[in-house]
Amino acid sequence: MTGKLQGRMGSLLLGGCVILGLGMNAPAKADDLRIGFIAPVTGFLSQTGKDMVHGFQMYLDDHHGMLGGAKVDFIIADNQAKPDQAVTMAKKLVLQNHVDMFIGGVLASTGYALAPVSTEEKTLYISSIAAADDLTQRQLGKYPYFIRTTWASSQPDHPLGQWACEQGYKKVVTIAADYAFGYESVGGFQQAFEDCGGKVIQKIWPPLGNKDFGPYIPSIKSDADAIYTLMVGPMSPQFPKQLRNAGVKLPIIAGGTSYDDYDLQYFGDEAIGDVSALMYSAALQTPKNEAFVKEFRSKFNEVPGYYAEANYTTAQMIDEAMAKNGGKFPGAEKFIQTMLGLKIDAPRGPVAFDDMRNPIENIYIRKVEKKAMFGDTKPQLWNVVIKTYPNVGQFWTYGKEKFLQQPVYSRDFPPCKYCE
Amino acid sequence: MDLHYWLIQTFNGISYGALLFLVGSGLSLIFGVMRIVNLSHGSYFLWGGYIALSVIGATGSWALSLPVAAAAVAVIGLLMERLFLRPLGFDPLRQVLLTVGFAYLFQQGALDIWGGNNLEIETPDVLSRSIVVGGLYLPLYRVFMIAMALAIGGAIWLVMEKTRMGTAVRATVDDAQMARGVGIDTNRISMLIFALGAFLAALGGVIGGAFLGVYPGLDFEILPLAFAVVIIGGMGSLGGAAIGAMLVGLADNFGKALFPELAYFTLYAPMVLILAIKPTGLFGRE
Amino acid sequence: MSQRAKILTVALVLAAFGFIVPHTSSFVVLLATRALVFAILALSVDILLGYAGLASLGQAAYFSVGAYLTAILVTRYHFGLGWDFWLLVPGAMLLGAATAAFFGLFAIRATGVYFLMITLALGQCVWGLAYRWNSLTGGDNGINISARPNFGFDLSDERSFFFLVFAFFAATLLGLYVLVRSPFGRSLEGIRERELRMRVLGYNTWLHKYIAFVIAGAVGGLAGVLWAFTNGLVSPDTAVLTTSVDALLMVVLGGAGTLVGGAIGAAIVFGLREYLSTLVPWWQYVLGGVYVLTILYLPMGLMGLPARIRQFRAFADWRDKETNNLAPSPS
Repeated sequence: MTGKLQGRMGSLLLGGCVILGLGMNAPAKADDLRIGFIAPVTGFLSQTGKDMVHGFQMYLDDHHGMLGGAKVDFIIADNQAKPDQAVTMAKKLVLQNHVDMFIGGVLASTGYALAPVSTEEKTLYISSIAAADDLTQRQLGKYPYFIRTTWASSQPDHPLGQWACEQGYKKVVTIAADYAFGYESVGGFQQAFEDCGGKVIQKIWPPLGNKDFGPYIPSIKSDADAIYTLMVGPMSPQFPKQLRNAGVKLPIIAGGTSYDDYDLQYFGDEAIGDVSALMYSAALQTPKNEAFVKEFRSKFNEVPGYYAEANYTTAQMIDEAMAKNGGKFPGAEKFIQTMLGLKIDAPRGPVAFDDMRNPIENIYIRKVEKKAMFGDTKPQLWNVVIKTYPNVGQFWTYGKEKFLQQPVYSRDFPPCKYCE
Repeated sequence: MDLHYWLIQTFNGISYGALLFLVGSGLSLIFGVMRIVNLSHGSYFLWGGYIALSVIGATGSWALSLPVAAAAVAVIGLLMERLFLRPLGFDPLRQVLLTVGFAYLFQQGALDIWGGNNLEIETPDVLSRSIVVGGLYLPLYRVFMIAMALAIGGAIWLVMEKTRMGTAVRATVDDAQMARGVGIDTNRISMLIFALGAFLAALGGVIGGAFLGVYPGLDFEILPLAFAVVIIGGMGSLGGAAIGAMLVGLADNFGKALFPELAYFTLYAPMVLILAIKPTGLFGRE
Repeated sequence: MSQRAKILTVALVLAAFGFIVPHTSSFVVLLATRALVFAILALSVDILLGYAGLASLGQAAYFSVGAYLTAILVTRYHFGLGWDFWLLVPGAMLLGAATAAFFGLFAIRATGVYFLMITLALGQCVWGLAYRWNSLTGGDNGINISARPNFGFDLSDERSFFFLVFAFFAATLLGLYVLVRSPFGRSLEGIRERELRMRVLGYNTWLHKYIAFVIAGAVGGLAGVLWAFTNGLVSPDTAVLTTSVDALLMVVLGGAGTLVGGAIGAAIVFGLREYLSTLVPWWQYVLGGVYVLTILYLPMGLMGLPARIRQFRAFADWRDKETNNLAPSPS
């Protein structure tokens, strides 16, 4: 045998062994609840990813690694904030690790990419963050193994639109990240705001992750009386800073991710007075939330944002649903049914589910203020709650049937009738 | 859109160009002197920002972070050139792949040392206001960026034109073999230039850190822009890098503001055209 | 090793691969399919690098053109999910070739470093359009494709799809092998070695390189179609710089100018990116390390390893002989 052939045979053998080795999996123990958790632990949303993991992990640790009587095998998969990586991770979790469910995904686009995987693999997918509207609206039928425990993109923006109108704002310019979540948030705001008599006069769409708003700020129409923003990740602290530095004094009303509680530590005082809407605020003064925030701060030295709370509450929901099923995972469909019947007392307040597998919960209008809370001595920025809208579902006051008849909020819907 | 709009956008474009000048001039020199395609240049930018954050965290001084971070990265660049790039010789493909490999290593290293959060360098208070000139709000920090670019550019130009070292560098750029023939130690020049390039990139990272933030992925985002500056402006030409940076900054800014759908295309298409017509760039030397 | 023995070995390895993989877990099949698509892309890079001597930093452009074409036709016009899949494939190859034909007009005039730069810029142009031309490409969201073609064979079954991609890989490998052994391929190698001499001999070197570039574009487009269906999502990431760089690394790692080297490289890079990344958090050190070590110590790639070892052995023998000659004789 010549050397080259030897080498090739060797590599063939090696390759074969590797492939066979990959093909073998560790046997699963019967009482384990295997949970796959997909989060952007690296990449431009790594802060978010870590917040998510911390939230879920904290609940798990508080309950000694058990949920509802089952020992949890918690497997974290990093999707680097890329939707296609998320799909590969999900498939790996299902096919290789034989998880009972996979949780997570952050970007709406990730949500839209993961949902089909749940149908394909007939495995439960719980979206604890990805807010893509249509997953629990017009596309619900395609995803029988899907349930969402957080919120739909436009859910908090409907009440915000109404609130803005009630404050007397008449003309608003929107500036939002150019992707599905941005479109849906603006859409929700615009619909409610214009139904009440307001006008959206301009829509600006900087790309997701954009940090230099220099090109966009000068275009903001001067006759507006407020700016609606939807910022995600690294965009969030930059926009208010650059806006104020450019001399623009218009008030900001925003989607909740623009002022995530965790992120506030990176904002400056220019953010004081900015208003946003979300189903959570770390400054919520309820005993349940105070305990949650206190524990999170002592463990991780940071204020929990909604990413942490959403996953903590998801763990709580799984806990209660598993308990109702005697500690054994009953299969995706039955589990979803159990979850739909839950009424949770979460750090964010009371949560129940609608019949489209999306939560009904409080929406808080919050204003950034600098104060000392929860026994701190030094004041810092907090999203202080100034108004609560209880029992808000994803369809607001429109009624499910009527809402589902209109198309999903997109870049062009609702159309900008008052844009010049 | 009135005059006000155009003036502000032009100012924004120029200030962004100032930042790109810092990143691009370093790359241009490296390219011009050593013909090295350094795909880890973005990593130098990123590490500059991260090291500055550590310095600020340890000493509380923003002013100190600038030279310390830049010097630290210069050392890293120097080592990389001496230990890894020099043995490779002139082989563009292998340089590309080697420097990309390092870029991945740097990226992971940064992640492990500083974590994955989106960080920001706090601008010193004195620079965080805006001055008002003729009704235009000019953020002082952007003015600072332009001033820094001018100062650094001026300093380098002075060195290049007026000192012996500078002459030696220019000779090496023009014709390395000839330069060696007249006794110039081109190896030392190469090392110095590479270190200087890294220094400038890191400086850009510190200055950009308040403007763009410091986060994983920034290295690969800034890299093509740096190359655009070098290509358009010309390899090895400092003045070219300045013009290239201005053009890229303005094209980027106006592209995003006026033609959002074609924004990046308006940036890279001219790069293609220039490369096709004059491969060494507008002001590059053969 | 004789040509025939080489062909036999490759055929054997391929057959073994095609036989073993479907019997492993679904996840391995998935990984193998993804790696195979990139192996096809690597083939296109190898034609340019290994045979024409052109290192391109922009092959992801043709890859993404094919992928986006597929995504748009499938989601907006419901085209390509049945027998029309067999129209989609040549369509994408044509589009990839056309794009390369257009880009080549700018690029082929350049060599070496400038060629790297201009292909980088061209790749960035495509990326920029993919990223911001929202109405066409969906921008950052990308386009989701949740269905697979079904023409008698239901390709939503992972194993069936694996066979399809495997067949395309084998066919492309064969086709390109015939190409490089042809007079055209020989001329390309001649141009790679000594372009000036070839020109003096009367060859139109520009045209040769241009045709190679267009062919690489076509193969890239083919890989793009398969990728769209494998990944289920086409986004600007398909066109990003690191995709082109990875493809280049795969070829260099495996061995440029060997065609199969790219496949080996693809297996390794994919194994790192998609498998090791799920096991340990420091996988990127390994990836970076592989890049650096390959460049420093394996310039001929893994396929060149036996030759290197022989070289090293020969050197060691020579050195031993010399030291023996110099050593004092025992007294």
